Amino acid sequence: MTDRSILTNKFDVDTIRKDFPILNREVNGQPLVYLDNAATSQTPQQVIDVIVDYYHRYNANIHRGVHTLSQEATDAYEVARQKIQKHFNIAHSYEVIFTSGTTHGINLVATGFTSFLKNGDEVIVSAMEHHSNIVPWQMLCERTGAQLKVIPMNLDGELIMEEYHKLLNERTKLVFCNHVSNALGTINPIEEIIDAAHKVDAAVLIDGAQAAAHIKPDLQALDVDFYTVSAHKMCGPTGVGMLYGKEKWLNKLPPYQGGGEMIAEVTFEKTTYADLPHKFEAGTPNICGGIAFGAALDYMNHIGFEAIAQYEEELMQYATKQLLTIEGLRIYGTAKHKTSVISFNIDGAHPYDIGTILDKLGIAVRTGHHCAQPIMDFYKIPGTVRASFSFYNTQEEVDALVKGVKRARNMLL
Amino acid sequence: MTIQEIQNDIVDEFSMFDDWMQRYEYMIELGKSLPLIDDQYKTDDNLIKGCQSKVWVHAELDGDRLVFTADSDAIITKGIIAILIRAFSNQKPQDIIDADTDFIDEIGLKEHLSPTRANGLVSMIKQLKLYAVAYQTQLN
Repeated sequence: MTDRSILTNKFDVDTIRKDFPILNREVNGQPLVYLDNAATSQTPQQVIDVIVDYYHRYNANIHRGVHTLSQEATDAYEVARQKIQKHFNIAHSYEVIFTSGTTHGINLVATGFTSFLKNGDEVIVSAMEHHSNIVPWQMLCERTGAQLKVIPMNLDGELIMEEYHKLLNERTKLVFCNHVSNALGTINPIEEIIDAAHKVDAAVLIDGAQAAAHIKPDLQALDVDFYTVSAHKMCGPTGVGMLYGKEKWLNKLPPYQGGGEMIAEVTFEKTTYADLPHKFEAGTPNICGGIAFGAALDYMNHIGFEAIAQYEEELMQYATKQLLTIEGLRIYGTAKHKTSVISFNIDGAHPYDIGTILDKLGIAVRTGHHCAQPIMDFYKIPGTVRASFSFYNTQEEVDALVKGVKRARNMLL
Repeated sequence: MTIQEIQNDIVDEFSMFDDWMQRYEYMIELGKSLPLIDDQYKTDDNLIKGCQSKVWVHAELDGDRLVFTADSDAIITKGIIAILIRAFSNQKPQDIIDADTDFIDEIGLKEHLSPTRANGLVSMIKQLKLYAVAYQTQLN
């Protein structure tokens, strides 16, 4: 067995794990080892309590009721918006748009830009995007006649920045890139991407879905135009997320959906839209989810993002080293800057087979193309096994993974 | 042997194992003995839709019997298709059409597969039966 002291961080993971009831369950008669955090993170009791409390005490529709419950729900929802504003260091709370998640945020912007683009304009995406950050832009390009350009990557899974700078020109109107690649874990140099895009007056949207659980970005310092995240990847519930947009962009963009909440005045001749952020929040939102999102940020900030990042880095280094002792194991994504994701294959074994056997051992990993087929095509593989870590994972769980992969290898080869 | 007799044998074999890791080990062994499809038939037309890993199946008549060959890029999937081929290959098309597939439930295969693989299993059975229907029409 390995020496626990290898992880030097004074991070009290045993106490933290007590906050997550799901981590106590068994799967196929084995203690659950949850290593699919890049797909969704688990929810601490503190957040579950907030969800239960909402339905126990003050479930009501917001922004329109005169009664006490509605007022309480509205207040809690707006407090959550302020928590998000503070967490991401956003200038104004009305620049925080509640969405159903990252994909919703991306589509809102992509649809809104339809009227701003014309034939011959160019939009740039990176080679390591999630399908949700490729397809909406392809659709935008089809609608407008704009061209989609791709920032290539190298074999380590790093963007080739010289090529990016060459792609930028006066026709470039938009640049999209993820902060962290979900399939490879690469942390992309978004500061450089944003600054360079702004030199040619292009707007930048950063998909922060995979980053937000590990990195606390300062959106004002980044000077980014749009940044979007999902709550469920950072200890919050599914079905809620946020889109940040600079005020000037949010004012320019047309509403994404029509409905209640987003209007100021409606007659059959004309509707005037509500002010930000309500212009983009048509219909009854995920009220409970929004409030729980705020609670999730409280929870993570209480632990501290610096401590989280340091612990996860040590865990990932340890896991990388241990996994590489397995014969025939290859890691995809070996960027200098990466976080909490290890994508790998074993020579001669299909990732689905490895994932199936790991599941029988109680170990949850993701297998497949991770909604990033272009990356798999780049490496000429059908998919990978992806283990992704969170601050509540332990060195013992890494050891269980390594043991499980070795067992799978022995069975399959 | 009839399809039913073969299926009974498979059920007996699977009941000998104590846990699902052993059953998986057995399926992997079965996968290695799968009658492999000739490379010329590994075409997109012969790919079974609805499987996450690639599965090719080819069928041809040998007298009045339908013979299946197959392959997959994933070994456990090969094991699953090997079980099905063992049950249905070298049988008359009409018998394949009429055969029930209760043995799948009896060995507990479906609930021990991931939902995507369970869907794939259903697609595989459907495809084998479709081949049988096509060749039965030809025989008539």
